Amino acid sequence: MTTLALHDHHASGHPNGIVRWLTTTNHKDIGTLYLCFSFAMFLIAGGLAMMIRAELFQPGLQLFQPNVFNQFTTMHGLIMIFGAIMPAFVGFANWQIPLMIGAPDMAFPRLNNWSFWLLPMAALLLLSSFFAPGGAAAGGWTLYPPLYIQGGPAYDMTIFALHIMGVSSIIGSINIITTILNMRAPGMTLMKMPMFVWTWLITAYLLIAVMPVLASAVTMLLTDRHFGTHFFDAAGGGDPVMFQHLFWFFGHPEVYIMILPAFGILSTIIPTFSRKPLFGYPSMVYATASIALLSFLVWAHHMFTVGLPAAGELFFMYTTMLIAVPTGVKVFNWIATMWRGAITFETPMLFAVAVVCLFTIGGFSGLVLAVVPVDIQLQDTYYVVAHFHYVLFSGAAMSIMAAVYFWLPKWTGHMYDERLGKWHFWLTTIAFNVTFFPMHFLGLAGMPRRIPDYAMQFANFNMVSSIGAFVLGASQLLFLYTVVKCIRGGAVAGDKPWDGADTLEWTLSSPPPYHSFETAPVLR
Amino acid sequence: MDNSRYYLPAPSWWPIFGSVALLALAGGFVLLLQHVAAGPYLMLGGALVLAYMLIGWFGAVIRESTSGRFNKQVDRSYRWGMIWFIFSEVMFFAALFGALFYARHFSVPWLGQTPLLWPGYDAAWPTAGPGSRAQFTPMAAWGIPAVNTLILLSSGATVTWAHWGMKRDHRLQLKLGLALTILLGASFLLLQAHEYLSADFGLNTGIYGATFFLLTGFHGAHVTLGAIMLTIILGRVLAGHFSSDRHFAFEAVSWYWHFVDVIWLLLFVFVYWL
Repeated sequence: MTTLALHDHHASGHPNGIVRWLTTTNHKDIGTLYLCFSFAMFLIAGGLAMMIRAELFQPGLQLFQPNVFNQFTTMHGLIMIFGAIMPAFVGFANWQIPLMIGAPDMAFPRLNNWSFWLLPMAALLLLSSFFAPGGAAAGGWTLYPPLYIQGGPAYDMTIFALHIMGVSSIIGSINIITTILNMRAPGMTLMKMPMFVWTWLITAYLLIAVMPVLASAVTMLLTDRHFGTHFFDAAGGGDPVMFQHLFWFFGHPEVYIMILPAFGILSTIIPTFSRKPLFGYPSMVYATASIALLSFLVWAHHMFTVGLPAAGELFFMYTTMLIAVPTGVKVFNWIATMWRGAITFETPMLFAVAVVCLFTIGGFSGLVLAVVPVDIQLQDTYYVVAHFHYVLFSGAAMSIMAAVYFWLPKWTGHMYDERLGKWHFWLTTIAFNVTFFPMHFLGLAGMPRRIPDYAMQFANFNMVSSIGAFVLGASQLLFLYTVVKCIRGGAVAGDKPWDGADTLEWTLSSPPPYHSFETAPVLR
Repeated sequence: MDNSRYYLPAPSWWPIFGSVALLALAGGFVLLLQHVAAGPYLMLGGALVLAYMLIGWFGAVIRESTSGRFNKQVDRSYRWGMIWFIFSEVMFFAALFGALFYARHFSVPWLGQTPLLWPGYDAAWPTAGPGSRAQFTPMAAWGIPAVNTLILLSSGATVTWAHWGMKRDHRLQLKLGLALTILLGASFLLLQAHEYLSADFGLNTGIYGATFFLLTGFHGAHVTLGAIMLTIILGRVLAGHFSSDRHFAFEAVSWYWHFVDVIWLLLFVFVYWL
């Protein structure tokens, strides 16, 4: 038994221990690294959220000074976005794209390693900024000047961390685009690609187009901070609003960077458990592409209260509403896929269905916010916080959870514990709604975001929200336990544990061999 | 060497060197900005590690290529990779141009309509802003910049001439074309340095100085990088590395050079001329 295992190790031809992970050029190893890193960041940023909710449990200042509270909200946002959600999707891209298109690996295996190992460096820079004089950046994840020009050394560390994460994202996207365009198995035309691969192709284009813009914008922040430029200073002829334009030209496509791969995951899971092919595949592709194109034309809806010309506000209001059309196409397609399907509700499907429902709520509150006069009332209130958590938690993060349960059997060869998975699902979904649904009411009633204290009339909803948040946070430890348990053992999954699955990865063994598809499969 | 399969490299130490180098550069820069004495040394260390990584990594790729491990599909990967890398660079400059256009067409004219805040501010481009008393002479287009435009345009022609030489196996034409291109790039940089030294304004001269120096500065940095890459390619040509049908490294660098050229044309029109 021992000799056999040893032999297997040699056959895969990789070094062992830490050296394996530092030097790996294997898409599966790198995918695993991305997902582990992402989960670690998810726990850290989630811990910050717990402290935010603890402070907001009651009105008044109990636990943290306002400056510390602002550091928590800022870092919670930055770490969740750049540390947890984006790397998780890149992890899935690494594991799944070569398997789904029948490629031997990613197109640039060494660059793939680099794009991962840049992330822990950036995270180190970002997290250690808590210990810089004056504490971490406290000006919000949106980096707005003048606060980001006035802050201490932690702001420089944040800027450089974003530069490094940007390099990582650009290298990663170039790799993903090249892999998809150049490494598909013979016969897999673009319009035969699995939907997950399509969404990642489009997401990678978004990343390549906007990460350099963010790099430019934060570079201007840096020169304004230290080298005497006046990009964002009206006395020198610049304009702080210009930063907001640059930031949101990155920031809005960034929102779709975090949701399009989730759409790809839903479009994989829902047909599998409905035992029907995806309804309207071509319209799904075109809807994804339309959302991506429109995402470049809506950025100023984040800035309706800064004093834009009325014509600009109208333009951005209408383009924003237009995005509801392709998004609606997608939601209708998912429902039509389920229609008259032989549906079973294993954990991945439960998460997928919940995402369709809850993401749609987030989409609708987004439409509400798109209306300029309404947005002027709701800007910077908890309504906005509710909106983007419905999109990012019950859209992006819960899709990631769905995908973890969906593909873990393939990756590990073991089934996860279905009972624990269902517990995790119900706890997460209920606690999520308890946490974030009341925030709609708080926002409509006028409670501002990013403030550690609030008026008495907001007390009850905040307490409800905090209790929900604590349960939500604790449930993720159950998630960790379930995943670790699955990796360590469990019922044998077999090559194809989901009988409705039809993409290429399910033709391989579970777990797949270290080098999969050394000779490309031929598609009919 | 059998290259019927897509070449997959063995595990490699180079990427982790690159990551540590960037961390050292960034961390050192943070310390430098706080006037901590260790900052510059940390940056120097990072730069050295980065240089070591680049030499080692590219060296490995060149050895793989010259030993015939790359098939047509790998070649296509490198082409796609270079195209999208250049596209990301285009977007980086697009944001800087966006800042320039925004300042010229929105923020400066709007500042001219704030008589209560800054009475009598003449909101005309170029400007150091309403809060500044700085007197400066903006860089005129039809002096050095026009000469530099001619230089860069000719360098685009010489690099293409070198490429024709490569394709027809005229090695002398190839070497001459490359050497000329590098020479033209170097003279561009010298003239640009002269222009910087003769300027009576700086980074801190309001929005004009900021946009001028960031746009031309980042462009100059790209010309420098392009010239270094061309020099390496010339070295590889002299070492006999390329053949008339396999010379993608040369093409990649010439694409990069043309990209830098096009950015300059936009700079000439929008930063110097209009």
